[in-house]
This record gives sequence, C-alpha cells and structure tokens, in this order.
Amino acid sequence: MSGYYFVTMAVLVLIAFLVSRAQAGRLIKGGVGQLHSLPNYHGLFAASAVFVPMLLIYVVGVPLLEKFAQAQALSFFGAETASDALHRGATLRDIHNLVAGQYSGTPSDSLVEAARSMKSTLWWGNALIFGGGVLAALVAIGLSLGRVSVAFRARNHFERLVVLVLMLCAAVAVLTTIGIVFSVLYETIRFFFDPSLKGRPTVTEFLFGTEWNPQAAMRADQGDIKTAYGFIPLLTGTLLITLIAILVAGPLGLFSAVYLSEYATARFRAWAKPILEILAGIPTVVLGFFAALTVAPLIRGWGAYFGLDVASESALAAGLVMGMMIIPFISSLSDDVINAVPQSLRDGAYAMGATKSETIKQVVLPAALPGIVSAFMLAISRAIGETMIVVMAAGLAANLTFNPLEAVTTITVQIKTILVGDQEFDSAKTLAAFALGFVLFFVTLVFNIIALTIVRRYREEYD
Amino acid sequence: MHTLVDKHADAVVHANLAAGLSTPKVSAKDVNVYYGEKRALMDVSVDIPDRGVMSFIGPSGCGKSTFLRCINRMNDTIPICRVTGKITIDNQDIYDPKLDVVQLRARVGMVFQKPNPFPKSIYENVAYGPRIHGLSHSKADLDEIVQSSLEKAGLWKEVKDRLNESGTGMSGGQQQRLCIARAIAVNPEVILMDEPCSALDPIATARIEELIDELRKNFCIIIVTHSMQQAARVSQRTAFFHLGTLVEEGPTTEIFTNPKDKRTQDYITGRFG
Repeated sequence: MSGYYFVTMAVLVLIAFLVSRAQAGRLIKGGVGQLHSLPNYHGLFAASAVFVPMLLIYVVGVPLLEKFAQAQALSFFGAETASDALHRGATLRDIHNLVAGQYSGTPSDSLVEAARSMKSTLWWGNALIFGGGVLAALVAIGLSLGRVSVAFRARNHFERLVVLVLMLCAAVAVLTTIGIVFSVLYETIRFFFDPSLKGRPTVTEFLFGTEWNPQAAMRADQGDIKTAYGFIPLLTGTLLITLIAILVAGPLGLFSAVYLSEYATARFRAWAKPILEILAGIPTVVLGFFAALTVAPLIRGWGAYFGLDVASESALAAGLVMGMMIIPFISSLSDDVINAVPQSLRDGAYAMGATKSETIKQVVLPAALPGIVSAFMLAISRAIGETMIVVMAAGLAANLTFNPLEAVTTITVQIKTILVGDQEFDSAKTLAAFALGFVLFFVTLVFNIIALTIVRRYREEYD
Repeated sequence: MHTLVDKHADAVVHANLAAGLSTPKVSAKDVNVYYGEKRALMDVSVDIPDRGVMSFIGPSGCGKSTFLRCINRMNDTIPICRVTGKITIDNQDIYDPKLDVVQLRARVGMVFQKPNPFPKSIYENVAYGPRIHGLSHSKADLDEIVQSSLEKAGLWKEVKDRLNESGTGMSGGQQQRLCIARAIAVNPEVILMDEPCSALDPIATARIEELIDELRKNFCIIIVTHSMQQAARVSQRTAFFHLGTLVEEGPTTEIFTNPKDKRTQDYITGRFG
C-alpha cells in the first residue's frame, strides 16, 4: 500500500507541476514581465499544494488506521487481554501472523474472527487513505490551476514553504539534542532520587566520593555501598589522560600547522597535509590496540630500564596515543585559521623590519588565536569523550592518582563497562552510567563555554 | 585645501631648485623585475631626492607598485620574483648580499593601500617597530616614541585617552594614520606609500595629504597613486610608468603642464588609463 501511495503521489506532484507551469506559461504574451512569478514557481506552488496534504494524510492516517484495526481485532477477546500488555502483544502478533498467512497450528475461532476483521478493516482503511489522498491531490491541482494568474504571487508562497521546511530541519536537530539531554537527565534523577532503587548514592557521595566500585553494589551484603559510586577517580583519570594528550598534541599540532602554513613549500604542503588528515581517519579502535599492544609495552620496557615501575596499562600510553589521535584536529584547524590571517598583516610586519619568526609570533599567531583556541577546545572535547583508546590502553582500575605510569580509568570507559552485557534498568549500577553520561556532558559543555568565551573575547576584526 | 595648494606651489619651486643640487637619497639604475618568466619592470632608472615627495603614476599594472616594493625589498617575500639592476640608498646598494633586509626595512618604512593595523592596541601598534629593533631602553623611552610618532601622524589628540583600545576599532582614516605613525616610529629615512588613500573617503584623504606634506620636511617620501590630482597636490616630482617602463620623470608641474612624451600627455589628459 505504501509503495503505491508514494508512487501515485510522485506522479500527481509531477502532473501538478507540469500542468500549472504550462498554464502559467500560456499567460506570457510578449514578455515575462507582466507575470508576477515565473512559470516554474507556479509549477512548484501547485506541486507543493499536492505534496503537503498527501503526505499529511498518509502520516496521520496510517497510524490511526493501525490503532483502530487493533482495537477492532482485540474486541473479539476478553477485556483482560486488552489491558494486559504482555498478553495483548502476543495476541496481536498472532493476529498479524494469521493475516499474513504465517500462523502455525490451528487458530482458535476468535483468532480467526479477529484476523478477518483486521484484514477487512485494513483493506477499507487503506482504500480510504488512498482515495482521500488522491482526492485531496486532485482538489489541490484544481484549486492551484484556478489561482494561476498574472498577479498571483506563487513565488512568495513557495518561498514561505521553503522557509518552513528549513525551520523544521533546524527544529529536528535542536529537539533531538534537547531530547537526549532530558532522557539522560531523567535517568540521572532516577539514579539519585528514586526511592525504589537499592544502593543508590546521594549526590554528594557521587560527586565527591573517592572510590569507584560499582560491582560492590550488586550484592547488598558485600562491600560498602556508600562508597561504591565515588566519581572523583574517574574525573581525575579522564583529566589526567586528556592532559597528557593535549601536552602531546598541542605543541606537535600547533607547530606543524605553523610549519605547514608559513614555512613549507607548496609542494611539500600538498602531500603532507592530506597525510596528516589521514591520521584523523584512523578508527580509534585501531589506535586503541596500537596503544595497548605497541606503546604500552614500549613504555613499560623503558620504565624498567630506568628502574621505574610502570603498569602494563598506563595513563601515559593511553594519553600518548590519544594525543596522536587529536593532532590532526589541532594542526588542520590551526593551519586553516593561520592561512585565514590576511597577507596584509604579514606585509605590515615585514615592512616594519620584522623577521619571519617575529611576524609569526607577534602578529600571525595573536591574530589567529581565537581559531587556535577553538581548535584546542574541540580537541579537548574529543579527548574527554574518546572511549576505545582508553578502554584498551588505560584499564579499568579506578585509581585515584596523578601518576601517569599507573593504570587509571575514565568516565567513558566506565559507562561502556557498565552498559555492556545484560542490563536491568532498575539497578543503581546501570543507572550510574546515565549519571556519568550527564556529568561527562556537563564537563564538555563547560569546556565549550570556556572556548566560546575566549574566542569572543579575543576575536579581532581584520578586513 | 587652498592653503595646501599654496604651500604646494612654494614647495615645487624649492624642490626644483633643490633637485639638481643635492645628491639623490634613493637611486635606481637599470632595475628589472621578473615574476617567473614575465618581465614586469624594464630598465627603470630614476633618482629620488631627499626631503620631498615623489609620486609614481600610471595605469593599473604599469609596474609602479612593483618598483615601489623593490625599494624596501618587499618583493623578497614573493618566491617567484627576481630583481636585477642596482638600487642604492645613500650610495649603499640595498641588494648587496651582505646587507640585512631587516635593517633595510628599519630605514625604509612602508604604508599600504589598505590600512593594516595589527590586531593589537593602538599603543602596541606604534611600539611594535621600536620594540623589534630595540630602539627603546625603558618604558618611558617607549612612551615618548609612541607619543611623538602619534603626534607626527596627527593622531595623538584623538587617541591619547584610548591607547589601550584595539587599533582595528578605529575609522579607516585613523587606521591609516596609525599605520603611518607605526612606520615613522622607527625613525626611517624613506617612507613608501602604496596608494595610501585609495580606501579612504575624501575628508580622510585630505588629512593624509596634509600629513604627507608635513612629513616631507623630515623624510624622503615616495607615493604610488592612481589619482593624478593627488600626485599634483602632494608631490614635488612625478614619474609616469607605462607597461613596465618609466616613461617620463621630472618636477610635478612640468609633468602635468608640459609633458615631453606623447603617452604621458595622453594619460594625464585622460585618453587612457
């Protein structure tokens, strides 16, 4: 049914467009000048006049029909079937199977009756939707043909529709974001305040606790639940790894950007920049096992050489590789903003007798600073949210330490650990993932706000 | 404007007298400039006297800006650009490999077509040159240089209470005067101006022209301009460029009232360009 409906719709939309355009075209005598809108706009107006109602009829009609058909079919069973969700679902499945002819075994009489009722309701309903859609389309074609005239402002009407569509697209993006935030927020609130949840911590215990051990909360008789959900070790672990990553990627990324944009020859730049960008395309899971299998043993070996005790999963290994991951973000974006600094500024500095390095340090970099800061902030956000590398290289042990040679764990790793495998959504352990997610979101948000503030404060106008 | 024209008439007389007597500040001999294979400037030879204004005129693409940029070796920043011939300032060859371009540019300041103040405060813009060349030894020194440069550029009264505000927030004319202040802060001997008024309105242009007239007492100024009126107003000598060659050079009054070359005459009477 859907297929036919949409094919019919496409045909009708096309007809409306062509007929209306032809009609408008006939109004042109001598020149387009007399006609307010070009014939194409009359066509587009008619096409949208067909498209919108037909789509609405389908979008509203089909779910309504489904609901109605289900209610009809369920009326052949007792009231208790309709009220019990589990029973109801099973019955509906049976009915659907029978309608589709895939039911195995002998159906009961009421099931057969219900299936027959559903089948006929659906048939009639579909016919109604189809007929209604086509009728609406024909009416729309008729009306819009009637409106084709020299003075009719088809262009303005159509453009208003375009604006509406653009607005809807923007609204979808914004509403999705808001929806995600609220769903995480809802589960977070449940985690902290749902009285039926056993072993939940208070907000203070969560935010300031120094011990993270959610496994202990699985069994009430084991471990101290009060200290199971201390979030501080995860935060320090996350920040430690992010700090190492930025210490690696910051200078490397920025200096390579300066080299590429200011010193490198055009030929070197032409092949070096794409290669650097390939680095951004390496899947983080690949970087993860590179960290775990190559970098971590290497660091451990060097550590042993200097007499240091390095854990086989260390914050340093994870941070180093994560730093490699974010180099392209910093270098590529910084390179772009450095290139965007107008040549006239450089000329001004050179003409003052500044050397190349003085010009870069004192004129180009300050002018590019807002862009560079936002590149760094983007990279930090990526590092904080990165999961696969830390899962593989940093470990699961929630140590509260600033020693980069020890194993630490991060917020994202714990979310992943909690949510992998079978879940029960009435346990504090599972819901802890949402609380972590919310805090992670909050931390990233704070970084973004800082970045935006810095960018706004130091933005320079040069044109 | 009237006083400007009067002053200018006097100045021309002085310049004409002086031109033959004093040794040239800047002297070019057989200068050729190539952009890759293309020859942009052909055998340009000219002498430019000190303490005066020399203007370069000519249609777009005639090579006048290219020649101007040879005098402080700004063409060095263009990789494909090659300069032959000899340019001297005070008899010193500026293309001598032993000469450091940084020191040259401290002696030859430049003001560009579009005002290009650095995205720094007004104070820092002017202090930039003295800082990189180590001209000041104390904060008080630097303050004095900044103040006197801004005064010479006729900007001090307007900005003295907002020296810490960004230089990019001023009007176009003020920005250009800031760029002039920035250029004279290192006390150069020659100031190059590449169409300094082409992005400005007539009032701002008049202020810059007055300023140029003021500055020529202390500097050798070379200005490229598209406006023949401007050349007539501010300069004592004029050189006309066409298709990469220097066609004619002489006292401004001569060039505008009695040009020797047919091409110069056609250009100043508006037949092409």
